[in-house]
Amino acid sequence: MYHFSKKFLATAMFGALLACSAHAATINIHNGGDPQSLDPQKLSGDWENRIAGDIFEGLVTEDAKVNPIPGQAESWTISDDGLVYTFKLRDGIKWSDGQPVTAGDFVFAFQRLMDPKAAADYAYLQYTIKNAEKINKGEIADASQLGVKAIDDKTLEITLENPTPYFINSLMHYTAYPVPKHLVEAKGADWVKIGTIVTNGPYKPVEWVPGSHVTTAKNDQYYGAANLKIDGAKFFVLEDQEAALKRYRAGEFDILTDFPTDQYEWMKKNLPGQAHVAPFSGLYYYVINSQTEPTKDKRVRQALSMAINREVIGPQILGTGELPAYSWVPPGTANYDEPSYVSWKDEPYKQKVEEAKKLLTEAGFGPSKPLTLQLKYNTNDNHKRIAVAIAAMWKPLGVNVELVNAETKVHYDQLQRGDVQVGRAGWLADYNDPDNFLNLLVTGVPMNYGRWSNAEYDKLIKDGNLEKDLKKRAELFKQAEKIALDDSAALPIYYYVSKNVVSPKISGFEDNVQDIHRTRWLSIKE
Amino acid sequence: MLSYAFRRLLSTIPVLWIAVTACFFVLRLAPGGPFDGERSLPPAILQNLAAHYNLDKPLIQQYLYYVGDLLRGDLGPSFSSEDFNVAQQIMIGLPYTFTLGMTAFALAIIIGVAVGCLGALYQNKMPDYVLGAMILVGVVFPNFLIAPILQLVFGIQLAWLPVGGWGDGSLKYLVLPVVVMALPHAGRISRITRGSMIEVMNQNFIRTAKAKGIGPRLTVMRHALKPAMMPVVSYLGPAASYLLTGSLVVESIFGLPGIGRYFINAALNRDYGMVLGTVIFYMVLIVFLNLIVDIAYAWLDPKVRNR
Amino acid sequence: MILNPAKRELLAAELLEAEGLSPEGRSLTKDAMRRLCRNKAAVVSIVVLVLLILVAFLGPYFIPHNYEDPDWAAFRAPPSWEDGHYFGTDPNGRDLLARVLYGTRVSLAVAFVATLVSVVIGVLYGAISGYFGGRLDSIMMRFVDIMYALPYILFVILLMVIFGRNVYLLFAAIGALEWLTMARIVRGQTLSLKHREFVEAARASGQKPLKIITKHIIPNLVGPVVIFAALTVPEIIATESFLSYLGFGVQEPLTSLGTLIAEGTDAMESMPWLLAFPAVFLVSLLLSLLFIGDGLRDAFDPKDR
Repeated sequence: MYHFSKKFLATAMFGALLACSAHAATINIHNGGDPQSLDPQKLSGDWENRIAGDIFEGLVTEDAKVNPIPGQAESWTISDDGLVYTFKLRDGIKWSDGQPVTAGDFVFAFQRLMDPKAAADYAYLQYTIKNAEKINKGEIADASQLGVKAIDDKTLEITLENPTPYFINSLMHYTAYPVPKHLVEAKGADWVKIGTIVTNGPYKPVEWVPGSHVTTAKNDQYYGAANLKIDGAKFFVLEDQEAALKRYRAGEFDILTDFPTDQYEWMKKNLPGQAHVAPFSGLYYYVINSQTEPTKDKRVRQALSMAINREVIGPQILGTGELPAYSWVPPGTANYDEPSYVSWKDEPYKQKVEEAKKLLTEAGFGPSKPLTLQLKYNTNDNHKRIAVAIAAMWKPLGVNVELVNAETKVHYDQLQRGDVQVGRAGWLADYNDPDNFLNLLVTGVPMNYGRWSNAEYDKLIKDGNLEKDLKKRAELFKQAEKIALDDSAALPIYYYVSKNVVSPKISGFEDNVQDIHRTRWLSIKE
Repeated sequence: MLSYAFRRLLSTIPVLWIAVTACFFVLRLAPGGPFDGERSLPPAILQNLAAHYNLDKPLIQQYLYYVGDLLRGDLGPSFSSEDFNVAQQIMIGLPYTFTLGMTAFALAIIIGVAVGCLGALYQNKMPDYVLGAMILVGVVFPNFLIAPILQLVFGIQLAWLPVGGWGDGSLKYLVLPVVVMALPHAGRISRITRGSMIEVMNQNFIRTAKAKGIGPRLTVMRHALKPAMMPVVSYLGPAASYLLTGSLVVESIFGLPGIGRYFINAALNRDYGMVLGTVIFYMVLIVFLNLIVDIAYAWLDPKVRNR
Repeated sequence: MILNPAKRELLAAELLEAEGLSPEGRSLTKDAMRRLCRNKAAVVSIVVLVLLILVAFLGPYFIPHNYEDPDWAAFRAPPSWEDGHYFGTDPNGRDLLARVLYGTRVSLAVAFVATLVSVVIGVLYGAISGYFGGRLDSIMMRFVDIMYALPYILFVILLMVIFGRNVYLLFAAIGALEWLTMARIVRGQTLSLKHREFVEAARASGQKPLKIITKHIIPNLVGPVVIFAALTVPEIIATESFLSYLGFGVQEPLTSLGTLIAEGTDAMESMPWLLAFPAVFLVSLLLSLLFIGDGLRDAFDPKDR
């Protein structure tokens, strides 16, 4: 009888809770893909980041414009040599089960991240921490050698391999979130299951239907819980953007995290002010093979690059006004001001085509010996359109292009094996720093699909990363970027934009270059 | 009959084994691996991942591990989910898929047989053409076109039904996806019913019935329907297997949880464990459905029963 | 019932006659054609189909634009008489009329090749399996079960890998995947046909199984086979566009009706012409194929005289 009444009580309370939540201010977010996990160290996609960033909080967190602000740490100091960071944790921070968040939780999380057996996809983003790479590669077996130490429950000390100007930024990333040591040790891999999981962020997950949605609710233990204007969010899985837009129009979604480019004009007319298009730190580019004929010839690469009419791609072909890319690092990247540009950036398009023709003739191609190329892209409407347009732009040069599309897995497998002449690729910054882009062209890096190699470039990047003075560092990086652009190491096409649709009911949504919008900064009026 | 059914189920075990084995090895021939993607992972990370999933072992050893786990009833991990393994993912999606599939199946049979019979009764007359043309819409238009049109009309313009989502699973959420799933099958069933009904109606015993002065509707109900159902029944097996395994298009347009997406996405993502899991699930389902079809055959046609 | 040989021969001949399977096949065909011509829907459909084929194959020579070159001055342009884009242009500035004609051509080819492959394999397979029955039947049907159970996208991926990208291969691959249902239907029909008197009679008169299958079983399957083949065509066109949508279809700048419709669906409100024109072509094509299928069935039905 006792058991029964207790159960009954619990049911009744749960029912009451549900009834409450119906009246609470909740928000429906179209989130795209199905999350792989709720465990912050096992994620890899931006749709997972949206959930993880609402339910967990690192030492440093982001404000509405994604500037770093104190999170679980209330302050920190940096040693003079830039190698040792000492964080002071906030007082009274708790997991959602009421247990305190301690420096030990962070140490545990970082060690777990670097554990080779845990096989975290993104462990490499924190390789700047002392011994992290060696531990992750299995060269050091003792996890306590990692440069993350708990001085006491409230003080955390992180030692780096080299001074890294973007380290505070990289602590906003989900790989740097803490995990509840007490729970993971007790429950093992099951700690992330709904009903068991505890989190330290503004919200906590309360429901997950794979393929449908994740629901979060306010975490009352969170230090800023009193300031939260939204009581919880539903993150919906829906890969079809057209369908998502329809659900938005029917009022089923409040925020779309992407929209079909074709609908932009329509939305500007019919949903004025609701579609947000803003610069995003990412680059859409074509890989060009520097090791095989005919693109081994620098003149061929440059001709192809010059003949791309970048000005029409954003406004005409995509329709969302992406800005043409003539540099490798997108403008507006932190620690960098203006990037280097290709020397022919401002020539009129006609002149570019003439010069491109001349370059191709010099390289020995012409009507008698036409250049034939394969252009590979992964299956996607926008990639297809751009490839079709660029093939048409190259046609007047006498270049015959064969378009080859493949599913993502095959496409990237081919790129990695260097089985490509010209191929589509893109890069979204992991953290806001030029190194994140410039590293893509360093000899031997797996993402250097075109196998472009230049000893001077490699040296400049290496020197830049050891340089403590930010100005000098930027100078070295800019020289390197110039070398790559002059040699047409790859063909930058446009800088990405972030595309969101935000209901007029929502306020506090700030466009930013990393396209991160945490629910805690939003509010909703009914 | 029971022992026949049991023997058939038993005889599928070697078939299942062959299919799983073939799939296991053939899958590895496909280019691209589970961890290829927009971002290439550093070799050290790939090494850790391979070790984590035993992918660094020789293929034959991986196969033995897999079969060993399988015999213990473990379908193994899925690369696309850290928190749920293959069996859990299928079990989570199954109730949604079955609800949608069974409803769509029933709807397809009711509409299909009714329209088919009317078409046969009024062969080459107005009702035949009008109904035929209407039902053909379902056959002619691909589901990825019908679904957004229905969403636009009933979800946005008329605002009668939700555009998508499972909601609380109530009827209003089911209507659009079920109609989209049922339409093409209703169309096919109606065509097959119509054709076979016309054939049956022209056979001697029906002519006799007609000659005796029994009305056409009664003739259909009493005499013609059962023999005319033979080709329809053979189509029901495949139709059920389509519907009960879900639909990637319907799930992704309406944002529904279900297992349909696994059939395509697992192969595209090189999620080896999930591909094998769906193969096993699908095969077991097919065997059951075929068994049911064969039993239905025996019931409809006594000559087969004597086999 | 035991019959003496002479009587048995006589009965066989009578049954064959009664089933309209007399040796004079030519008159049967003539007969069928005459009946087909009386079916108005079928005749109209044949005219429409012939027109579509002519337009798809000859049309491109009479229009001002080709299917692959963008018109840089007209992106996403609605239909217009002035600049010669009678159907408008797509988001790449390519003439939609030219693309629809080209797409129709590709879809027709896909449908024809794939349906042929599926009918030939499916009918032979189903008839043999159903006729011989027993062990052979259960082995053959188990094979169909296995084929059904494999996620078929996997087949396509593997075929693409092994043979490289080739449009004809894709057609054959789709056909080779579509025969399974056909085989099951044919087998079901054969199971009931083989106990019918005329087949028993042919068997009793000592005809070889293969001859019985081709002479007596298959001709009686024409009805269901033609209807199912006509139903297979839209299936194949949809499958083709679904595969294109997944990235396994025809390569750009080639296109197909299914691909055009998939693209048009995404823009049905903002650029309705992208959906409307390919949809009209697809609907006319498929409806005419279905009505022709029905007409043929009615015409060839040996019992309907």
